[in-house]
Amino acid sequence: MSLLSLNGITASYGASQALFGVDLSVAEGEVVALMGRNGMGKSTTIKVICRLLQNTQGEVQFAGQNLAGMPAHRAAKLGLGLVPEGRRCFTNLTVRENLHASARPGAWDFARVHGLFPRLEERGDQLAGSLSGGEQQMLAIGRALMTNPRLLILDEATEGLAPVVRQEIWAAIARLKGDAGLSILVVDKTISELRRIADRVVILERGKSVWTGGMDDLSGPVKDQYLGV
Amino acid sequence: MLPERMINLLILGLLLAVPLVALAMDEPFIITLATKAAVLAVAGVGLNLALGQGGLVSFGHAAYFGVGGYAMGILASHAQSYTPLMEAPFLIEGTKSMLVIWLVAIVASALVALLVGALSLRTSGVYFIMVTLAFGQMLYYFAISWPAYGGEDGLSIYVRNGFPGLNTLDPIQFFGLCFAVLLIVLFVVNLLNKSPFGLALNGAHQNEERARTVGINVYRLRLTAFVISGAITGLAGALFADLNRFVSPTMFSWQTSGEIMVFIILGGVARLCGPVAGAAVYILLEHVLGGLSEYWHIYLGAILLFVVLFAKGGLVGGLSRREVHHAG
Repeated sequence: MSLLSLNGITASYGASQALFGVDLSVAEGEVVALMGRNGMGKSTTIKVICRLLQNTQGEVQFAGQNLAGMPAHRAAKLGLGLVPEGRRCFTNLTVRENLHASARPGAWDFARVHGLFPRLEERGDQLAGSLSGGEQQMLAIGRALMTNPRLLILDEATEGLAPVVRQEIWAAIARLKGDAGLSILVVDKTISELRRIADRVVILERGKSVWTGGMDDLSGPVKDQYLGV
Repeated sequence: MLPERMINLLILGLLLAVPLVALAMDEPFIITLATKAAVLAVAGVGLNLALGQGGLVSFGHAAYFGVGGYAMGILASHAQSYTPLMEAPFLIEGTKSMLVIWLVAIVASALVALLVGALSLRTSGVYFIMVTLAFGQMLYYFAISWPAYGGEDGLSIYVRNGFPGLNTLDPIQFFGLCFAVLLIVLFVVNLLNKSPFGLALNGAHQNEERARTVGINVYRLRLTAFVISGAITGLAGALFADLNRFVSPTMFSWQTSGEIMVFIILGGVARLCGPVAGAAVYILLEHVLGGLSEYWHIYLGAILLFVVLFAKGGLVGGLSRREVHHAG
């Protein structure tokens, strides 16, 4: 049974419709990559999952519950952990305070997050706003983990980072899959890295899910048609 | 640049030293001024929890200041005239006990803050400011049209209320009491600021959407902060009424709300001892500049403008190396 399932999701920003029928599912322990060119509805889909935007049609089920009308904070408490695009840390809190502010009881605590990202322990008393982009990204992931999510959602987690830092983040994500067995929904464009960790791919085109399959099935024509690479 | 903790100790040390020196010099008026600063600082610290930590620019905190003041005035006036507040369905008598008055002031102002907050927090930005202002003004006009408790003329209390083991009419003893209350309030607010509650409140101030996605119920969090903030300001109102032995509708006025906000802006938004520094400087300016000209508010306005433009973190922020998030 799926941990997360979206069936026929449509959503709008006011009068402007952004999603026209998204179907997507993530099983327990599975890593699913959500792909598509810019402006195809990936971030809007994430917003709908996290209840930052209510869908107009269709159904979002998470952990056996229908999320219709549910506010974002209650959906998060069910186990949705979001690492948003652009990191968005609480810049005027220290690293430790950022982690503390979102902590909920569970397997993920300070020690485990510090084990994944030792730099967060070193920078514990530093203001989040003074961290480098890569460190802020580590903090954003650490903060989402401190909520002890059942599903971790990474929205463009490596965008705008230096190659060496990207490798560090991808290595950490691989550990989350391998060691922790966490379910992950990842939005990214780096096919080579996604190939290492993702079990399945869902491609969005103009607000609609148009292709789904294994990473190995992501052939040249599909990439040409939907991803422009 | 100094660590903020050292600046805080310096501010509190100065506030404590001034009345002690005044006592040695036999200047009771200065002790009363320091007491006024300590009491108004309590009100500022209360508002700073909502405004500084939570980003809730309440322009109606005079409502809770006034509720606290009238809680004192009503209870003490009934004790003074030996008449009960009510006889049916059960007997409630007045009291001259500060501890009981403080408790009533805290509970009453917290309840009013709960009502105001529950409605106003459904709005944001300028609408939030206007709704909080409207509630403050509603209570102001209610107090004016309430003849049983003095109406526009206010209500005088002839003898200051009592506190076990203290002669509250002695200026230095009353200062000591108010200063102790200020220290307790600062201790509690500091604990709150560093708790998951305070961190979440600060986080929601910086990025509400982000806070919601880590499972924070932002509305409930802000309402809780607003109620605690109102209760602290209510306690300050009760102390202020006891200091003056007089309550009037002015305590509810928008000018009072503005003054409490000025303490925070002057001292430093979201700084623990910012309102203490702000209230002390305000009282000092009121006394010094007020002696030079009755239009002293013009000079105050110029100073406030200077602080806002050149020391964004207020007096404490200007001296401290730590940056904090500012309201608005």
